[in-house]
Amino acid sequence: MAELHNPAIEVHHDDHAHAHDHHGHDDHGHHELNFIEKYIFSQDHKVIGKQFLILGMAWAIVGGLFSIFFRLQLAWPDESFPILEWFLGGWAEGGKLSADFYYALVTMHGTILVFFVLTAGLSGTFSNFLIPLQIGARDMASPAMNMGSFWFFVLSSIVMFVSLVIQTGPAAGGWTAYPPLSALPQASQGSGLGMDLWLISIALFIISVALGGLNYVTTIINMRTKGMDFFRMPLTIWAFFFTAIIGLLSFPVLFGAAILLEFDRLLGTSFFLSDIYVAGEALHHSGGSPILFQHLFWFLGHPEVYIIILPAMGIVSEVMAVHSRKPIFGYKAMVFSILGITILSFIVWAHHMFVTGLNPFVASIFVLFTLLIAVPSAIKVFNWITTLWRGSIRLNPAMLFAIGFVSLFISGGLTGIYLGNATLDIQLHDTYFVVAHFHIVMGLAAFYGMFAGIYHWFPKMFGRYLNSTLGYIHFYVTLVGSYAIFWPMHYIGMSGVPRRYFDFTVFNQFNQYADLNKFITVAAIVVFFVNLLFVINFFYSIFKGRKVTVQNPWGATTLEWTAPINPGHGNWEGDIPAVYRWPYDYSINGRDFIPQTEKLGPNESEDHDIGSDTPKPTEKVPGENLH
Amino acid sequence: MAADTQFEKETEQVQDNWSGGNEPMKASYGKLMMWYFILSDAFTFAAFLITYAALRMSSEIWPDPNAVFNSMPFTHARLPLGFVTVMTFILILSSVFVVRAVQEGHRFNQKGVLLWMFLGIVGGLGFLGCQAWEWNHLIHQGLTLQSNPFGYYTTNEVVEGQTVDVFKGYVNLAVDEETHALVLGEDAVSTKGEAVPAEAKWHQGNWLFGCLFFFITGFHGFHVTTGVLLNCMIWIQSARGVYQRKRNYEMVEKVGLYWHFVDLVWVFVFLAFYLL
Repeated sequence: MAELHNPAIEVHHDDHAHAHDHHGHDDHGHHELNFIEKYIFSQDHKVIGKQFLILGMAWAIVGGLFSIFFRLQLAWPDESFPILEWFLGGWAEGGKLSADFYYALVTMHGTILVFFVLTAGLSGTFSNFLIPLQIGARDMASPAMNMGSFWFFVLSSIVMFVSLVIQTGPAAGGWTAYPPLSALPQASQGSGLGMDLWLISIALFIISVALGGLNYVTTIINMRTKGMDFFRMPLTIWAFFFTAIIGLLSFPVLFGAAILLEFDRLLGTSFFLSDIYVAGEALHHSGGSPILFQHLFWFLGHPEVYIIILPAMGIVSEVMAVHSRKPIFGYKAMVFSILGITILSFIVWAHHMFVTGLNPFVASIFVLFTLLIAVPSAIKVFNWITTLWRGSIRLNPAMLFAIGFVSLFISGGLTGIYLGNATLDIQLHDTYFVVAHFHIVMGLAAFYGMFAGIYHWFPKMFGRYLNSTLGYIHFYVTLVGSYAIFWPMHYIGMSGVPRRYFDFTVFNQFNQYADLNKFITVAAIVVFFVNLLFVINFFYSIFKGRKVTVQNPWGATTLEWTAPINPGHGNWEGDIPAVYRWPYDYSINGRDFIPQTEKLGPNESEDHDIGSDTPKPTEKVPGENLH
Repeated sequence: MAADTQFEKETEQVQDNWSGGNEPMKASYGKLMMWYFILSDAFTFAAFLITYAALRMSSEIWPDPNAVFNSMPFTHARLPLGFVTVMTFILILSSVFVVRAVQEGHRFNQKGVLLWMFLGIVGGLGFLGCQAWEWNHLIHQGLTLQSNPFGYYTTNEVVEGQTVDVFKGYVNLAVDEETHALVLGEDAVSTKGEAVPAEAKWHQGNWLFGCLFFFITGFHGFHVTTGVLLNCMIWIQSARGVYQRKRNYEMVEKVGLYWHFVDLVWVFVFLAFYLL
């Protein structure tokens, strides 16, 4: 750990700080980095952020493609698709997906999207990219650990990818990996080597999250520039801060559960296994509790959905304020609702287990806490809507995705209130209603937040713009497609169609939904290809996009736009700018925006708690101080 | 201009610890990271101890720690919890040594750091040695992941025509030298101090005990091993004079934090397995 000391980081401790600081940066500038140091084993937080993003995108394509494969099966169970055989070989002989591999696909779709795309790809990307830039730091507290965080993600990815191509196939017991199915290698093909690799991959992934999270938290606490007190931090930073804390406290529990499960599998212990028969053979296990695993799993599993959604919320708050040219409504309310969500996220996990034999009294407590989450969530939603109210809205792709996020968060959040009730959950548990709910509220919403962030910060990341026309097509088709895919699932779910079933044709009562299933699949395919278009736009624009010519293209107040258009390692060429005001001074005192680095004017005060104090357009008198 | 400077003075940021540009908790990022790591790791151990509690509470029988942990090397005397007391004492002592090492670091006394850190390392190794002996002894007695000799015996009684087992308490068993089978020891006495009747029938103990014991103390032992390695690294760096040259012994403190954490975790493990 002695190597963690980084001279470029030790800034502003005393009067000589700036000189020292400047010097440290120059050292960086003159040291010629070769290609590998610069783009592969880089310690620059910006490069690491981009690495997370690109690897996350690669996984998103794999995970998305898997969903198309099993959607084809659900829509046309009797047809054969040669393309499936082309992709999956023996798992889809004659173009017909095998039942075993259907479960593997579902499991991998969940695992990849939840962990690799929406945790690493979202929080990993934007925490890394934005934290130092927005709080005014040269880099993360420990750039070396930060690099380690990415490379553990790579290792984890490699192990997971290997599990996709081994003979017995990847894990197939659902992304929740419930024992006994996941604990007994002889139980199914997918419980064999694939499951071991799954557990190893997840363990490596947790190390990656821990290394990243330690960095995010300590960087935010210790490395803020002069004047950047906590209540002058952009909401993105608040969101990343709490996300990292949730990750640090919940992931270790999954780590523990994963090791215990691996012991059950390899060494014959019985932590999660009680008396059980497989294929007529009595196993020696006794005394363990499979439900214990569910508790341990969901102690991570539920906070995990907030690890996914909080960064998206932070990004949306920031993007929305910038592109409405208005201060975010209720800044402190936003902060405290993130805090509220963080605390509540740890005490609601058993709402995933209402039908596993939970004591009804205990269930009632978890219902209460679960429904309480609606309060901070609603505060945030109303604040977003009021931020838009009478703003000078720029409907660019970033803003559209931010608005789309709010739409999806409301639609998906409302069904959460139904599912949070233990009694209703008896009917709705494990149906397509649940699938629709969580895909909208955390899957799609988080994706929209991510897209908003990519469209908004792409100019900062690569010094070029994404193509807007393709962006509009991307947004509108994805928005319509999102609802087309998941809206009908609510109806299917309410009538009791269970999730994770391979083939519904054998159930007469579900035959009436055959056409709806075809409709959903077609919509899913369209959305998949539109998002491939986005990937093409992304890579094309990195090299050929329109160049950014001004330092602050969006007219934003935050610090990252005071850095050069293509910042080097160390971010600012001279001294790190100091901060004098909060980050949401938009349309104020007759000015379009006032950057955080500008000192308060003589008649100005900083009481920005009142989110509604935007002057009416008619009150704008340039040169006068109305505040 | 004078008015402007006056104004600037008035609106000068109220500089408190949290307003940026310094370390609000008066701790370097490395120390903060160690604290957060410890917090995070505590959750892993919490998960294991909750697993222990949940499984034990749902078990009907559980071995009496006084009967399981009553051996000492070099003596055949039965000393319930005697050996683990020694182990625990060694580990706590080692923590005290490391506290002294940190203290000497603050005084930039290289020799002091080296001496006390060395003693701390010896303490850690001593604990690991004790754990190795205890594991070996228990495995030799037949406690494994798949079996638990610390069972109980029953005597048959006839109640209204039905044969029922009557619980009599735990007994100690011995391993037959030749057949490696578990047999009632000659001096078998139930934990309640009663002599075991001749017709007693022996039953395996709950083997979750072995699973949990080896898993959790093993995981803790892994942490101790890591701690000893870190302490050795610190010792070598101190011996090379790295911290003396930098006039900064913070690494000793950071690794010390970890070492105390490992010590603290043992207290809970000790509580769960040996006392309750």
